[in-house]
Amino acid sequence: MLSATPRPALAPALLRFRRSHEFWLLAVILALSLALSLATDSFLTLQNLFDLLTSNAFVGILASGLLVVLIAGGIDISFTATASVAQYVALTIGIRHGLGWFALFALAGAVGVLCGLINAIFITKLRISSIIVSIATLNIFYGLLIVATGGKYITSLPKFFRDGISWFEHDDANGVPYALNLQILVLVLAFVAAWLLLNRTNVGRQIYALGGNKDAAQRLGFHVLRLNILVYGYLGFVAGIASLVQAQLAQSVTPTVLVGKELDVLAAVVLGGASLTGGVGTVFGAILGVALLAILQNGLVLVGVSSYWNQWFVGLTILCAVSITAWSDRRRRAAKAIN
Amino acid sequence: MLSLVLLALVGIFWLLLGDQIFGIGALQSMAFQLPELGILSLAMMVTLLSGGLNLSIIATANLCALTMAWVLTTHVPGAHGLMWGGWQVIALLAGVAVAATIGLINGFVIAYLGVSPILATLGTMTMCKGLSIGMTRGNVISGFPEPIVFLGNGTLLGVPVALLIFLALCVPMAVLLNKSPFGHKVYMIGSSEKATRYSGVDTKRVLLGVYVLSSLLAFVAALVMMARFNSANAAYGESYLLVTILAAVLGGVDPFGGFGKVGGLIMALILLQVISSAFNLLDFSPFLTLAIWGALIIAVTALGVVLENFGASRR
Repeated sequence: MLSATPRPALAPALLRFRRSHEFWLLAVILALSLALSLATDSFLTLQNLFDLLTSNAFVGILASGLLVVLIAGGIDISFTATASVAQYVALTIGIRHGLGWFALFALAGAVGVLCGLINAIFITKLRISSIIVSIATLNIFYGLLIVATGGKYITSLPKFFRDGISWFEHDDANGVPYALNLQILVLVLAFVAAWLLLNRTNVGRQIYALGGNKDAAQRLGFHVLRLNILVYGYLGFVAGIASLVQAQLAQSVTPTVLVGKELDVLAAVVLGGASLTGGVGTVFGAILGVALLAILQNGLVLVGVSSYWNQWFVGLTILCAVSITAWSDRRRRAAKAIN
Repeated sequence: MLSLVLLALVGIFWLLLGDQIFGIGALQSMAFQLPELGILSLAMMVTLLSGGLNLSIIATANLCALTMAWVLTTHVPGAHGLMWGGWQVIALLAGVAVAATIGLINGFVIAYLGVSPILATLGTMTMCKGLSIGMTRGNVISGFPEPIVFLGNGTLLGVPVALLIFLALCVPMAVLLNKSPFGHKVYMIGSSEKATRYSGVDTKRVLLGVYVLSSLLAFVAALVMMARFNSANAAYGESYLLVTILAAVLGGVDPFGGFGKVGGLIMALILLQVISSAFNLLDFSPFLTLAIWGALIIAVTALGVVLENFGASRR
């Protein structure tokens, strides 16, 4: 319209990226990182980056699962309860029978899938909104877990589990060792798996279609129950895996510690551009959302702001981000309507 | 149908516990516990009716309570007198101001910027809670003048004042929602915002009103809560957040908006309270109560679907 010169041929993909939500998020993250590296010596160190990845792995892994549910047009906030149940069941049985890594993860994943299955069936069959069902199941899973366990901790974890893994160990100049630990490994695998599921499979396209327009998807012959079982089961599975990663980091199982984190994960995914109405969202965006919140909180601590103020800044960021996104969407739509 | 479930449960608990559960003492303890959840559920219900959701009610209530607590503990003089009463009124006004501000922020972001209510209130919830934690460093502010404490712990003719406050809120709320133009607009927006806008209603202003109203109800909840505990803290009552949604939906409020009555909500609250009190007397874990509440909502909805299918197949 106003631009007289035609764009070069390579530009469309880049241009689309420049207008995308992810571009702005990336710009904010880079600006924030740059400011933090200039303001502090400790931000841009290998040590700090490893710590950041390790301590945010739990939220990140869950975000990769929740993203899939949001894209399918649903919402699930019971996954923290699912994770607590999976963690407790897997490690209780694991300790009693001396299970190894693979069996532990398989068991936790299976418990997670089972919880996800329950969600999917209720949501599809009862035709009530997924947020209500998952609030109910959150209370059911969590309530029953605490009743069954009496809220007791498990601290005597097997030695191999406590040691975790440390591949590619490497000492830096000061003799501080770095290694690929369980948290970072699973975090990377979770995002790769979500990306493959959403972008490289037929089912992934169906998930986007279901979230974009459920009625249309149904009329095209998509099996909604089967797709719902897949996405809620996937989130349950991911929650089960994440729960063991968290237990390994915490070196103990505390049934009460995970529930209450569900809205943090939701905030991260939504910051990454996923829409609650479904059909929209990318794995890259989710990664950026998790990264922004992680870097923000880490940066505040490094700059010397009392950690009591953490939540205030996080809330402010969420509110600003969702407001700006909604406002620019609205302007774009208004511009379209005029043309 | 809810009343049938309630009757059945009352019957079962009566057989199990005898007079223990419906004695004066038990009824009074129920009457003390119900108002907090009740007022918060009203705050949630208003937004649900408009097709939205307000996740920030608890955080709003705590921020209000802390503001009031701060004024009360730093400014109210020890001696009774004009200033003594005056500062208490100022404390309440400060609470109202905080609540109204949060309501306006929520309403503006949701109605005028078009942010989805879950996200907007998730943001304000985190912000309000962050502000509360930041200002108090997580500490408790306690020790209020008698008139405030009376609101939470006193009784009039054997009826807890808090329950009277709750009932005194229910009546005008029911009138406002079902008999006033504002109420009709709220229900219409909940059914279809677009259709309501095209029929000439300023939906943005109504939505702004809904979120301010919700915040003001949270302020009343704050008053009752801080009075009952005689203290305020950034993290009180957090477990109520999701329960208020359950109570509203159990009481027949459509989570997609447009349907629901105050009477239904009260029924659901009594039901939840009877279960909780009975389980308490039976010495069950409070977490079991939580699980049963969750199961109850799924059971009631499932029953509804089954009955609907049954009705459809008979026709």
